[in-house]
Amino acid sequence: MQTGAARFDFPGFKVLTFLCLFILYAPLLVVTVYSFNDSRSITTWGGFSLRWYVDVFTGPDSAKFQSAAFNSFSIALIAATVATAIATSAALAMVRGGRFKLRTATFGLISLPILVPEIVTAVAMLIFFNAIGFTRGYTSILIAHIAFCIPFAYLPISARMQGIEGVYEQAAMDLYAGRAQAFRRVLLPMMMPGIISGFLLAFIISLDDFIITNFVKGAGIETLPTAIFGSVKQGLRPNIMAISTMLLVFSTVIVTLSWLVSRIDRTK
Amino acid sequence: MTKQRPIAIDIQKVVKRFGDFTALKEVSVSIGDNEFFTLLGPSGCGKTTLLRMIAGFEDVTAGAIFLYDQEIAKLPPNKRPINTVFQNYALFPTMSVLENVGFGLEMQGKSRAEARRQAGEMLELVQLSQFAHRKPSQLSGGQQQRVALARALAPKPRVLLLDEPLSALDMKLRKSMQLELKHIQRETGITFIFVTHDQEEALTMSDRIAVMSAGEVQQLGTARDIYENPRNMFVADFIGDTNLLEVSVDKIENGRATCHLGGGHELTCDPVAGVDTGARVHLSVRPERLFLSSEPEEVESLRGRVVENIFIGTDITTILDLGVGPQFRVRASNSDRGNLRVFEPGQNVFVNMERGAARLLVD
Ligand SMILES: Nc1ncnc2c1ncn2[C@@H]1O[C@H](COP(=O)(O)OP(=O)(O)O)[C@@H](O)[C@H]1O
Ligand SMILES: [Mg+2]
Repeated sequence: MQTGAARFDFPGFKVLTFLCLFILYAPLLVVTVYSFNDSRSITTWGGFSLRWYVDVFTGPDSAKFQSAAFNSFSIALIAATVATAIATSAALAMVRGGRFKLRTATFGLISLPILVPEIVTAVAMLIFFNAIGFTRGYTSILIAHIAFCIPFAYLPISARMQGIEGVYEQAAMDLYAGRAQAFRRVLLPMMMPGIISGFLLAFIISLDDFIITNFVKGAGIETLPTAIFGSVKQGLRPNIMAISTMLLVFSTVIVTLSWLVSRIDRTK
Repeated sequence: MTKQRPIAIDIQKVVKRFGDFTALKEVSVSIGDNEFFTLLGPSGCGKTTLLRMIAGFEDVTAGAIFLYDQEIAKLPPNKRPINTVFQNYALFPTMSVLENVGFGLEMQGKSRAEARRQAGEMLELVQLSQFAHRKPSQLSGGQQQRVALARALAPKPRVLLLDEPLSALDMKLRKSMQLELKHIQRETGITFIFVTHDQEEALTMSDRIAVMSAGEVQQLGTARDIYENPRNMFVADFIGDTNLLEVSVDKIENGRATCHLGGGHELTCDPVAGVDTGARVHLSVRPERLFLSSEPEEVESLRGRVVENIFIGTDITTILDLGVGPQFRVRASNSDRGNLRVFEPGQNVFVNMERGAARLLVD
């Protein structure tokens, strides 16, 4: 992506680039700026204030948002942890398996859900929970999140594993390590940047999810995105902008962290 | 191998199949205690497969492998007192050089401090003490190679396996590592099983060599033995430089075989088992075992015409046309100045061979 700018130096390219960036970031900028607005209005500027941030934590909606935030963060933490563990095992099996025949197929199968339209996954999961008579609530959200987080956790891990051949595990076993020791002392440290990166990515994907959550959550339970959506339906209040801004900052930090960790090259 | 020397690794009729492809066909080799043993053969002949079976990374399809009289085919790799220097070293990238070398010792149950201490000694042996705290990626190829060697030697294995450990090094480093490896093998007294596709390397380093091709051992013997008495076409051609002549065996009597190679050429040589009267076989003659003269000077000589002289510093190779068969090469050492006679292209000369220079091959 960061190819030399000179190569794209045809007329109009710069304008186009700025237009794209503007469309992408202007709304975010507006939300962020207006979250600090002292006015009740969401369109006219009434001076700088943190009142809407205070409102989020102490205002009339605070109880609702706090429980939604608790649900969101606890689900994201558990889902990302479980999904990362499963993705790590899958990546490990790929390393141990060497070049087995279905390697590419297996890789595709694990990654494919990313390309499936989310609405389709959401409907499928809803049908699934109904079919097995599963009561919708916290647990159904959690299960759904674990499922769709797996491919996101798997991608950075498997990218890390490209250079890790079975020979490292063999070398460890050649030097008297058992399978468990070979994994803990040799493979795991090599996989670690990928695992952390995968975990962070899964965490943010879970935290951010709306469509699937909305389908499988059932009545009486909210996550941050569904709570925000619910609030907005009753009229746009500036406290939503404050929550959105906090989510935005948090996501940006996590994604940046994930990217930074994935760049650490422990095979070099 | 002397008769009293115990056998370190005994490979008995070992077969290896991958699906319906047979990578090794009933290989039997006994490797002596303290021996520098080399598996030599072209790429794809099954050397790595055999080594991996000794290390425990591949199942044995049929046959048995013994380590000092103990059958090991069923032991997992971490239970075999055998270590490997891997072809691409497989150094653990997240560990320092010292941790890499100490890894095996720690896994054997030694304390971390003791492992570090012994690893430090090992690094001294390979002269890498000053790099102990670097990561493997911060070392040159040659240094990484020595770390891999130190790591495999540190736990004091009974047998060390080396899979083309020098193939990634440049020529000069390679030559010095060959000598260093040989030296370390003598110093430590550990049995080395060394894999290479480079015949010169094998000849330089080995006590004994097993020449392999297509999953079979073609010949097993000392470097000298294999060079001077190649058993078949493959070995003669693969080891060193040679002239291969197609001949018919006319008669075998009084311990000499008389052969003719067409064009009126006839010569006698030692008979070998498996080649009978009337057989059409190949004869191998090493170029350096021949010399040229204007009159026949040995009992065995062939007539030929000089095509070209090639000067390569240490030697002069003369290419001749015998009037039959492919071009024939004769090599004279440049150090042999007093006796060296260089004939001009077009001159008719005699190619003289000492007794024993020509060797019949079983095809
Ligand atoms: N895991 C495997 N599956 C299938 N064929 C293999 C496998 N490992 C090796 N082979 C085949 O066995 C033959 C010998 O391989 P190898 O032992 O690596 O040869 P070398 O080390 O002498 O170059 C080759 O033809 C190779 O393709
Ligand atoms: Mg090989």
